[in-house]
Amino acid sequence: MKLYLQYFSMLVRCQMQYKFSFWMMVVGHFFMSFSLFFSIFFLFSRFGEVDGFTFPEILLCFAVVSMAFSSAECFARGFDVFPRLIKSGDLDRILLRPRSVIFQVLCSNIEFSRLGRFLQALLILIYAVLTSGFAWSFDKIIALFLMLTGGFVTFSALFILYAAFSFFTIDGLEFMNIFTDGAKEFGRYPFSVYGEGILKFLTFGIPLALFQYYPLLYLTGRSDRIGLIFLPLIGFLFLIPCYAFFRFGLRRYQSVGS
Amino acid sequence: MKNVTKTFRVAKRSAGFSKAVKALFQKEYTDIHALQDVTFTIKDGEMVGYIGPNGAGKSSTIKILSGVLTPDSGSCLVNGRIPWKDRVAHVKEIGVVFGQRSQLWWDVPVADSFELLRDIYKIDPEQYRKTLARLTELLDLGEIVRTPARQLSLGQRMRCEIAASLLHNPKILFLDEPTIGLDAVSKIAVRDFIKTLNREEKTTVILTTHDMQDIEALTERVLLIGKGRVLLDGTLAELKKRHGTYKILTVDYTGNAFAVPPAADLIENLPGHAVLSVNTVVLSVSQAVSAISSTVEVKDISVTGESIEETVLSLYKEFDI
Repeated sequence: MKLYLQYFSMLVRCQMQYKFSFWMMVVGHFFMSFSLFFSIFFLFSRFGEVDGFTFPEILLCFAVVSMAFSSAECFARGFDVFPRLIKSGDLDRILLRPRSVIFQVLCSNIEFSRLGRFLQALLILIYAVLTSGFAWSFDKIIALFLMLTGGFVTFSALFILYAAFSFFTIDGLEFMNIFTDGAKEFGRYPFSVYGEGILKFLTFGIPLALFQYYPLLYLTGRSDRIGLIFLPLIGFLFLIPCYAFFRFGLRRYQSVGS
Repeated sequence: MKNVTKTFRVAKRSAGFSKAVKALFQKEYTDIHALQDVTFTIKDGEMVGYIGPNGAGKSSTIKILSGVLTPDSGSCLVNGRIPWKDRVAHVKEIGVVFGQRSQLWWDVPVADSFELLRDIYKIDPEQYRKTLARLTELLDLGEIVRTPARQLSLGQRMRCEIAASLLHNPKILFLDEPTIGLDAVSKIAVRDFIKTLNREEKTTVILTTHDMQDIEALTERVLLIGKGRVLLDGTLAELKKRHGTYKILTVDYTGNAFAVPPAADLIENLPGHAVLSVNTVVLSVSQAVSAISSTVEVKDISVTGESIEETVLSLYKEFDI
């Protein structure tokens, strides 16, 4: 952990070399995600509700997904740019250091400029919580917390999976973005609005609905099965196959010519 | 290292846009045998030069020895460990310098990179201070370490790279083209340092290079690799001897008849000027000179040996690599 902080301070120092660019990125990301917010806002000002969900409920869902995604992106950014690590040969260097590969990849890149997006998600979450009109009992606070951590872990696992694929393709795979960036986009709405099939896939295939749709049912009072709030924890299990696949890819690693 | 084989699968296609489109749907693969049955042993404290043309498998060998790559078959034991199986323990004892890639953080002063490395390798602070002081002195790093890496000249950066690879006092140092692109002064500084390191710390050094002067200045033993196979393993002197000991005689003379001594080949023959290649095993240089001067009036004569570059070049030719 101490070492992580040292890497962290190193990256801060590196990024601070380019102060102007840094602040522009933070501000840019802050406003960029507002455009998503407005798209929801205008949709609701016309239709009032989507699939039975009200505006604050949708906002809550949007804020949770957005926050989970941006924190995963901040933290696991190294896996997001993993193809670059392979191409530049920096992975060789990582393999030459006596620390775990996953840890070093996490340390290799921390994207502070995504803090703008995180901040914005936080604002919307606070707004949604205040306007939702739910009775914020203890179990609901736990539910919200588990949704956030579960989402964070699931997105991180997806980033690792994405990185693992690039062992085989060298370049990144765009289709994986459907589940990372894409999930952030269409995760604005509860996954049930996309139909039964998609919901099933996002439950049993890529477990995105586990931290979004099901706990939301409990949170909004649509279901009183308290078990639903623990579903996000399954996101942790999702880490295992992703990590195993990454290890498998690492063994097949070919390096690049030098 | 025993019978190590590594094959890469490389997608191949001809140049051109239409071929690129075709390759999207149907890829042709070729197996490249980067290493085939490579076997050698290196003793503690040895300094070994690893030479071969581009693409011969030098870097692949280094990457396998350092645990970055996993070979397809064969075994490899470094300090009693299998590098790719016991990676973390293994890399603590080795240092690797890739001449063409940096391990320093680009935007911060070199000293900051060193300190992060200290924590990554969990080096004892006292030990670290001593090692750094010594490296600073030997590599003349003094002011350089306070400069961000991106502002260093190539020679300065290379010295820092080498220092960075040695902070944890590794037992084995791999140098992959450490003098590439350096000017004469920096090259000599780097060579001197490697020599000192090997002599005083008994660090085993494995060096790949295209610069034969590196080899001549540093290593006793040379491994020649080509097309993924070890072709020669011996001392530099042996390598030279194997190729025969030819001397080149350039003669300027007056007079017309020129008797070519036996065991010498005429390479160039103009009126008043001749170049001969003499096999010194059969005919010594002095014998050749006296034989020539007995037939014509010699104005000027010069004797040159084959340079190591030429020796290696003819070796490459001999092995057809």
